[in-house]
Amino acid sequence: MENQILIEARELSRRYGATMAVSGLNLTLRKGEILGLLGPNGAGKSTTMKMLAGCLAPSGGEIKINGVDLAQDARAAKSSLGYLPEQPPLYPELTVNEYLRFCAGLHGIPGAEREAAVTRSKQACGLTDVAERLIHNLSKGYQQRVGLAQAIIHRPPVIILDEPTVGLDPIQIREIRTLIKQLGESHSVILSSHILPEIQAVCSRVMIINKGGSVYSESIENTAQHRVESVIAGLRRPPSIETLKGLPGVNRAEALDGGLFRLAVDKGADPREALAEAAAKNGWGLFELRSQAKTLEEVFVELTSGDITVHETQKEAA
Amino acid sequence: MSTVLTIARNEARRIFVSPLAWAVLFVLQLILGFIFATMLFGYAQNAQVSDQYQGVADYIGGGLFGFATVLLLLVMPLMTMRLFAEERKSGSITLLFSAPASLIEIVLGKFLGLVSFMLATLVLLAIMPLTLLSGTHLDVGFIAAGLLGLFLMMLAFGAAGLFVSTLTREPTIAAVLSFGLLLLVWLIQIVANQQIPFAAVFGYLSLIGHFESLRRGIFNTADVVYYILFTVFFLWLAVLRLDIERN
Repeated sequence: MENQILIEARELSRRYGATMAVSGLNLTLRKGEILGLLGPNGAGKSTTMKMLAGCLAPSGGEIKINGVDLAQDARAAKSSLGYLPEQPPLYPELTVNEYLRFCAGLHGIPGAEREAAVTRSKQACGLTDVAERLIHNLSKGYQQRVGLAQAIIHRPPVIILDEPTVGLDPIQIREIRTLIKQLGESHSVILSSHILPEIQAVCSRVMIINKGGSVYSESIENTAQHRVESVIAGLRRPPSIETLKGLPGVNRAEALDGGLFRLAVDKGADPREALAEAAAKNGWGLFELRSQAKTLEEVFVELTSGDITVHETQKEAA
Repeated sequence: MSTVLTIARNEARRIFVSPLAWAVLFVLQLILGFIFATMLFGYAQNAQVSDQYQGVADYIGGGLFGFATVLLLLVMPLMTMRLFAEERKSGSITLLFSAPASLIEIVLGKFLGLVSFMLATLVLLAIMPLTLLSGTHLDVGFIAAGLLGLFLMMLAFGAAGLFVSTLTREPTIAAVLSFGLLLLVWLIQIVANQQIPFAAVFGYLSLIGHFESLRRGIFNTADVVYYILFTVFFLWLAVLRLDIERN
């Protein structure tokens, strides 16, 4: 059951009056995945997450959570779900303990197990020391953690986090990211953000949403591998440019300073192995070899900016 | 059902950790205590007024409860305004919406939490006339009918206020609107007193008319049913309103 599908959304759409916030969006989340939702402001990330969490009814399409249709059996579907909205849903006048106890009860954890669930959730989110303090008096970072603790208290198979690191300082961001990574080991997580390095650091798969639809969905590994743009090779005794150009998968070669060469690569090809072999055989003195991948940022900009053609032309020229 | 109780307990806790509830109870008790004392002295000094009333329970209990309704009309919107409006403003409402709880459970839970405040008010109100038990013969049934009437009235106020609170995200607007709504339903009585067609219907709809007999110690099922229907109607409207919001 490694590839069990936990969230399946098909042809999801949501209309606010005349504007379509989300249209025809398909999304699947498998067990053990951390899926990152990326998109420019107003792309429909939050709307999508609200729909997945059952806070907003979709105008069209269907959502299945853990195999249960959200529209038909909302209670069962929601019970396998933990949701942290953009604004953590806290009651500032309660203490962390009181709040978490309420959340445990709300998610149907029986009275006898409630304390254990609260303790576990506090430990996971580093809240044990502030357990008796009023939420109102906690810093933004701690409040965010309380929000996270709330989302995982009933050990849901799926956790939905809407911009969990917004408004935190760099240290808190690191802590929350570590926490999310830990959560990813035992839960499946959907995470939205517009911070690209965050997605790269935390997620196993990335999905880019633009204008209410999915425009890109690929694992982080593939994002790095598939998009090898060029290879930088450092050779002590280089052959002629023509020889380098002749290597399989290379379509252009140019010399840089200090014995470095940049080899532009055919789409999908990776000439590194061939280059290393040739260098060893012919004694070129290979001292450096690295690929230059297209970063997620470049992919993002390419897919979300309206003028793709202009952008690509500029790249060609450069 | 356990979800309803969980929400109700949490709501009650939140009501009683807020200074608002205590401030409201303090002011209520201060004013009603003042009224009670004034009436008691008036009764003691001027015993012949008692001929027009059915004893001390009627004079003091009835008078006190009559005055309490006016105060509660002012105060209940303050207690109901936060129920949904504030949660929507702070975003905490998503906690309830994303939890495995139906809208009916959410509304009922919140309402039951509010009932805990009503009961606290009721206890504080009951203590004053009941102290007379030590010095005189008191018609306890009479007082009980009055308290029941007050409780039913508060249920109705609470339900109407809860519904209004689902309409907006600003607690103050919710308070103003529910005060207006309650006053309007209250004042339908005036229309009923005019020589117009269907005057009796207006008289039946008014919140105040049904309290009058309970205040005078007369228990009539029709009055009780009126308040319960009123309450259920507004709670149902609140559920409908929240459902529309989700769509």
